[in-house]
Amino acid sequence: MTDSPTPEGGAAPLHDPAPPSGRRPGRPVSKRSTSGFGRYLCKHIGGAAVSLLLVLFSSFFIFRLIAGDPIDQLTKERPVSPEERAALRAELGLDRPMWQQFWDYITGTLTMDLGDSFQYRRPIFDLIVERLPATILLSGTGMVLAVLLGFWIGTRSGWRQGSRFDRAHVGTGLLLYSAPTFWLGMIVILVFARYLGIFPVNGMRSPNTPPDLWSQAVDIGHHLVLPVLTYTAVVYAGYLMIMRSSILDEIGNDYLTTARAKGLRDDEVRDRHAVPNALLPTVTLVFLAIGGVVNGSIVTETVFSWPGLGSLFVQAIFYPDRPVLQALFVLFSASTIIAVLAAEILYWFIDPRIRKS
Amino acid sequence: MTTSTPTSPRALRRARRRQSFARSWAAYRAQRTGMIGLVLLGAIVLLALAAPVLVDESALSVTQATGGRMEPPSAEYPLGTDEVGRSVLALTLWGSRLSLLIGLTATVVAIVIGTAVGVTSGHVGGWYGWIALRVSDWFMVLPSLVVAIALLAVLGRSMATTILVIALVSWSGTTRLVRAQTLTVQSRPYLERARALGAGHWHQMTKHLLPNVLPLVLASATLLVPSAILMESSLAWLGLGDPNVVSWGSILNRASDNGAVSAHAWWYLLPPGLAILLVVLAFMMCGRALEAVFNPRLRGESA
Amino acid sequence: MTLLEFRDVHVTYTGSRGRIPAVRGVDLAVEAGTTVGVAGESGCGKSTLAMAVLRLLPRSAEVTGEILLDGEDLLRMGWGRLRAVRWTGASIVFQGAMHSLNAVQRIGRQVAEPMLVHDKGLRPAVAAKRAEGLLERVGLPPSRVRSYPHELSGGQRQRVMIAMALACDPDLIIADEATTALDVMVQAQVLQLISGLVSERGVGLVMISHDLSVLSSVCDTAAVMYAGRIVEQGPAHEVFARARHPYSAALGAAFPVIGDPASRLRPGGLAGDPPDPTRLPEGCSFRPRCAVAVERCGLESPELLQIGGSRSSACFVAQEGEPVVVG
Repeated sequence: MTDSPTPEGGAAPLHDPAPPSGRRPGRPVSKRSTSGFGRYLCKHIGGAAVSLLLVLFSSFFIFRLIAGDPIDQLTKERPVSPEERAALRAELGLDRPMWQQFWDYITGTLTMDLGDSFQYRRPIFDLIVERLPATILLSGTGMVLAVLLGFWIGTRSGWRQGSRFDRAHVGTGLLLYSAPTFWLGMIVILVFARYLGIFPVNGMRSPNTPPDLWSQAVDIGHHLVLPVLTYTAVVYAGYLMIMRSSILDEIGNDYLTTARAKGLRDDEVRDRHAVPNALLPTVTLVFLAIGGVVNGSIVTETVFSWPGLGSLFVQAIFYPDRPVLQALFVLFSASTIIAVLAAEILYWFIDPRIRKS
Repeated sequence: MTTSTPTSPRALRRARRRQSFARSWAAYRAQRTGMIGLVLLGAIVLLALAAPVLVDESALSVTQATGGRMEPPSAEYPLGTDEVGRSVLALTLWGSRLSLLIGLTATVVAIVIGTAVGVTSGHVGGWYGWIALRVSDWFMVLPSLVVAIALLAVLGRSMATTILVIALVSWSGTTRLVRAQTLTVQSRPYLERARALGAGHWHQMTKHLLPNVLPLVLASATLLVPSAILMESSLAWLGLGDPNVVSWGSILNRASDNGAVSAHAWWYLLPPGLAILLVVLAFMMCGRALEAVFNPRLRGESA
Repeated sequence: MTLLEFRDVHVTYTGSRGRIPAVRGVDLAVEAGTTVGVAGESGCGKSTLAMAVLRLLPRSAEVTGEILLDGEDLLRMGWGRLRAVRWTGASIVFQGAMHSLNAVQRIGRQVAEPMLVHDKGLRPAVAAKRAEGLLERVGLPPSRVRSYPHELSGGQRQRVMIAMALACDPDLIIADEATTALDVMVQAQVLQLISGLVSERGVGLVMISHDLSVLSSVCDTAAVMYAGRIVEQGPAHEVFARARHPYSAALGAAFPVIGDPASRLRPGGLAGDPPDPTRLPEGCSFRPRCAVAVERCGLESPELLQIGGSRSSACFVAQEGEPVVVG
């Protein structure tokens, strides 16, 4: 039905099989296909560029509205002389006219010079590079698991609508989808880390792990289990419902009867014919979720104190560390916009109907 | 002729609406999960409304708390106490009011914005329509939690800002839905007739487009409420909620800030979380049933 | 040799409106090397009959009786055997080729698929080569194997369906409204192709259509169905030229004869609709629309009886030897 905003960022909308950009590609073949790939590409790249510019603009102005003088935040507990304040102001470029600050910001962002963090007193670019792998590890693993699990179950659920399998899995999925991520994470920690003690409570590494690669990998893997479990549990239901409803759209189509008449087994009809057709409308959603991989786990990272970009963002809110907020806001938003663009381009190649000559 | 005979256009219209409502209700009632969701929802709303009768508001006061720090459940405190000795049961009961209120209000604001933008952009078209479409696209693509956190950081923490922010990240779906429906309705012959008879834009939008779009919007709103409630609880848990009120998310925020997990205080964690889960689940069940009423393909014959 | 034989076949759907009898006791035989036409209005059960052969009906359909393919009862076959028989024993040219082809798979792969399914030892490259050959046989350039369905015209798609039906050298081909959606010239080409196959390879062909001109030009024998039953059967040209059932007569009259002014002045066709299968009339189910009905027609249902030569009719009037057309 509607594309409801996803409560915890990365979760795919539960009820909308149509891609969030709304321009549901493919079926029925739209009129844009007449002008070929070039125009198709230009149109979508143009749209994405406008969106990116809007993000740049808004990130600059929104965070400038945060109450309080950044110099006060920077010099929190220590007394400073007016001269020191002025020097700091000049160092940060805060004494320059607004339009000049804006120009510096735009050129800086485009050249990967994101400025320094108030909180860490380090280049933000370095901070991001340092924390990105942790985020990708957690969200990437969770996302892949959620997509695989959701699509695997969703396919079988839709194919046998109303069966015991369908009812049980839709019920379980809805139940997990309804649980707030942070709460599920706390409960998981309570049960598996506190009561049972079989997994670490939080963080990504234990301090006393031997430095060799194997021990490190096992240690990180050990820390990864609970966050990934939480993340996957909440997110997979969305994919389940999307795939299920997409399969339901295909059931009853004549080409499936043809496949059956050819002598294919039921599972062959499903996997070779129904699934490829049903997958098409879901591609954009998966890509949108890949964009959300970076930010989708803000909550999960915070619950598990996972040293990624999401927890950095939350820290920055409370400091408040304006340059970091600006940079992460742009990063998070840009990644979803680019992922959706990638999905639209990919669509051209996987759906033959869109390129109808 | 008396006024009660349905011959005036208005009465006719009312009769027709009543009829179609009765049909939809019958289709809804046929779905077990939808009915379970409705009953569950009714019970929760009733508890939320009755909270002041069941527990006095003074139970929420930090200074007048009578219990010990994080006491396990007992006869006096059926669900134990929090870190300052307040009854978790009382907190959860009162928290339901805020969580429901914010979820519902935010949804109403979102669908009002969404419907207004959707109908006007679909009806007016042109430059305005194009810009409205792009902006709603933009909101749809942006990661909603990130935007919500950013806006709350800027606007400050209060109930009103929470509602506004949640509405701002939720309206675009409704816009898209309404716009599509508006465009469909617009191409139907009776609207062309209305135009030919001299109907103005306002008349067309309020008398023809809106009534056609509303059932769909209301059905989709049922699915917006649970995500608004989840969003509110996430924001409150992160510490971005109104510090002066008790919602389920803020209870859990206090719980994790005060080490309820390491204290094994399950009675502090379970009630508010389960409450969120139940409300969201109830709305989802109702929403899915409504969806099936308006989209019969999903109903299935369970062959 | 009898390839396919229906013996007292009934198909009943169970739906929200209760039990709906779609086919009510059909007996029909198809010999190798011959073409049997099945005619009737939409909803008379002819497509249901076609789908029943390979048991492709939805689970809500209950099929009773016997459907013998080469003497083997399809309705009592295990699933494994049934799958083996599908497309090798009998294949179907479905109506609406656009939807019957998988939109996101190349033509070549779809044509080759049944070969690979039924011959596990077959190398994909060999199957692909054969698919090209099949396309060539139905008059399409072999390079079309790389096309997607939407890149072909309606006539080309229908030829692909025929090529696909030939993939496993079946003894029997069922063409379900195979030419209905095509324009006249393409239709003629496709018909020629189909009848060429029958004479050349000795397959049995069941041709289902509501278009009598199609059936009379291709078929050896014809069966006319009404409300789930065969009401008339006989050599195709005789059935259509001299109907022995008022329904077949009306069906024939609905098609104007080009160049015959009399047919223009005397528009044929039939008032009313076929009966609701859940509420069939007493007696002969055609009676409410029949111009020659007698008292007996409202009391009992006429059986399909031989009425001289190779003709049979399920009409009391025809069985008495009276004319079935008024005037």
